[in-house]
Amino acid sequence: MTEFTPLTALLGGALIGASALLLLIFNGRIAGISGILHSAIQPIDNDRLWRWLFLLGLMLGVFFAMNPATPLPTDIEASWPLIIIAGLLVGFGSKMGNGCTSGHGICGIGRLSSRSIVATIIFMLTAALTVFITRHIVGA
Amino acid sequence: MKLVIALISGVLFGVGLTIAQMVNPAKVLNFLDIAGHWDPSLALVMASALTIFGSGYFLLVQTKDKPLLDKEFIVSKNKKIDNSLVVGATVFGLGWGLIGICPGPALAILLTGNMKFVGFFIAMLIGMQVAQKISKTNRSKSNMRIQ
Repeated sequence: MTEFTPLTALLGGALIGASALLLLIFNGRIAGISGILHSAIQPIDNDRLWRWLFLLGLMLGVFFAMNPATPLPTDIEASWPLIIIAGLLVGFGSKMGNGCTSGHGICGIGRLSSRSIVATIIFMLTAALTVFITRHIVGA
Repeated sequence: MKLVIALISGVLFGVGLTIAQMVNPAKVLNFLDIAGHWDPSLALVMASALTIFGSGYFLLVQTKDKPLLDKEFIVSKNKKIDNSLVVGATVFGLGWGLIGICPGPALAILLTGNMKFVGFFIAMLIGMQVAQKISKTNRSKSNMRIQ
């Protein structure tokens, strides 16, 4: 069980929105994590440095912000096979669908992109259905 | 300067994810679990991020023909709802719903050093590479048909 935390949600969301806006206004780039991550590890991509710095910055930000009130998770109950399957699906889906929660859910919807609106509705519904099945049908 | 902006943007993103606790898979799953003890926090994170980014986009970005430090905005102009978008989003939603971790948080929680999170991250990168291989193969097939 987790508590509803409206204030930190609004504040954290505002920072994420500001981050994406800053990157677009100054550098002309979209802050889509899956895209940045995937391009950062391609051997032939010659525009990798800014991506590595963005990802490094993200980890530094997490490091600065983590404290007893806003901790990182210590462990996860899910079994190893489930972890690996979910990881493969998240990676495969974000690449094939050209974006994830940040690229489609924030930057895409924020621009009123029809593709991103459709993608976000699809992955939200699929994810909610998956949780419903695993928690209330299989897990019940 | 562009590199400094990239770094600062990353820091803001990481701080935002952590403060909003989107790094916690349980919080994400509890948002998706509408039939359970629902935690609407993620909706507020998105609403807040969208308000800032969306208003900034329409007021400050769309009014310019290029970014402050570069030659052009690299933004997708594709409007087609194609199979790969629908299939990709469905597969992504399935994986996200199983565990509650998407790419940003996957990177963030590497800091815990927990091997399961490292395993998830590596599997995610492999999944991306597989998707790229498949889309490349499809593209070269359709190119061959044109020729």
